[in-house]
Amino acid sequence: MGAQIRVYRQKIASTSSMRKIFKAMELIAASRIGKARSRVSASLPYANAITRAVTAVASQADVEHPLTTEPANVRRAAVLVMTSDRGLAGSYSASVLKQAEHLVELLRGDGKEVKTYLVGRKAQAYFDFRSREYARVWTGNTDSPQFETARELREILLEDFANDYEQGGVDEIHVVYTQFKSLVTQEPTVIRLLPLEVVEGETETPTDELLPLYEFEPSPEEVLDALLPRYIDSRLFNAQLQAAASELAARQRAMKAAGDNAGELIKKYTRLRNNARQAEITQELSEIVAGADALND
Amino acid sequence: MAELQVEIVAADHFVWSGPAKLVKARSVDGEIGVLPGHVPMLSVLAAGDLEIDPVSASRFTVQIDGGFFSVDSDRVVIVADNAVLENAA
Repeated sequence: MGAQIRVYRQKIASTSSMRKIFKAMELIAASRIGKARSRVSASLPYANAITRAVTAVASQADVEHPLTTEPANVRRAAVLVMTSDRGLAGSYSASVLKQAEHLVELLRGDGKEVKTYLVGRKAQAYFDFRSREYARVWTGNTDSPQFETARELREILLEDFANDYEQGGVDEIHVVYTQFKSLVTQEPTVIRLLPLEVVEGETETPTDELLPLYEFEPSPEEVLDALLPRYIDSRLFNAQLQAAASELAARQRAMKAAGDNAGELIKKYTRLRNNARQAEITQELSEIVAGADALND
Repeated sequence: MAELQVEIVAADHFVWSGPAKLVKARSVDGEIGVLPGHVPMLSVLAAGDLEIDPVSASRFTVQIDGGFFSVDSDRVVIVADNAVLENAA
């Protein structure tokens, strides 16, 4: 057997086994997207209820809360970057990181120091490779986030927010994550988490109904104290869930494309292999014919 | 008779919703009971049991570990960090 044919055979075999992997990963991602999306919608009632309540308190009680007041001057900003743990999801992590870089540049341009918090092994690898510093990293479970992680994130971030600049505290907190718009569009998004902007325009409460005059128990301040951390939890959790859904959608798309490309390659190599085999046959034939001719003469 | 529209939501899932005659909860200040026609109110809940008396079923309790509670025009929304439904008599 000619060397050419053997090379093509090997290529075909390895490409088809890769295609099997791609197909399997595509199917896994596709089956998990449904669950991830239903988790996003399952967290909506909580988010809505909490947003409504926060809006009610903020609009009625004239309370000053450290979490909602703008610091006089912002010297250090925190950036929380949400990427995935695993690759093979197309440009998913790369585009979040790009967005984060952009934000960091912007913040530095305003003369602010930047402190980064990372979620996902991909972000960690990116920062480690460039030997850049980050304050903290959370890994694991980026494709099925737990509420406890959101709460832990919030606790750490709030702690830093409460600290003074001199003790390494931050004055504002931004979150970079991927917003899940649909199965085909996911957009890297930046939100400013703290100081909170609690405005009715931003929250999606129906404007046709007026918020009733609430009585607060024990007091507006204490209600707000209890509400705001939960509000942050729910925003962080929602961001994580959307990021997870986006990750799976991106992976599904990337794997579909990879599978299709593998199919194309197999087709191409099969043609080349057949070509080589045919050429070999032709050559053998002409050798036999030439040999017979030589004997006859 | 007027009735309460109750909704209980936990952080990552929806727990229960339906009409009820009475909701009893434990706020940080003590226990409160809500009947139809209650004043709009926002209150912080302490960890403990929540008792609900639905219109068409028997009374049951929900275990929650903190959260808050809002009442407005007979609509009661209970937002718990974590809620476990218990079908006690």
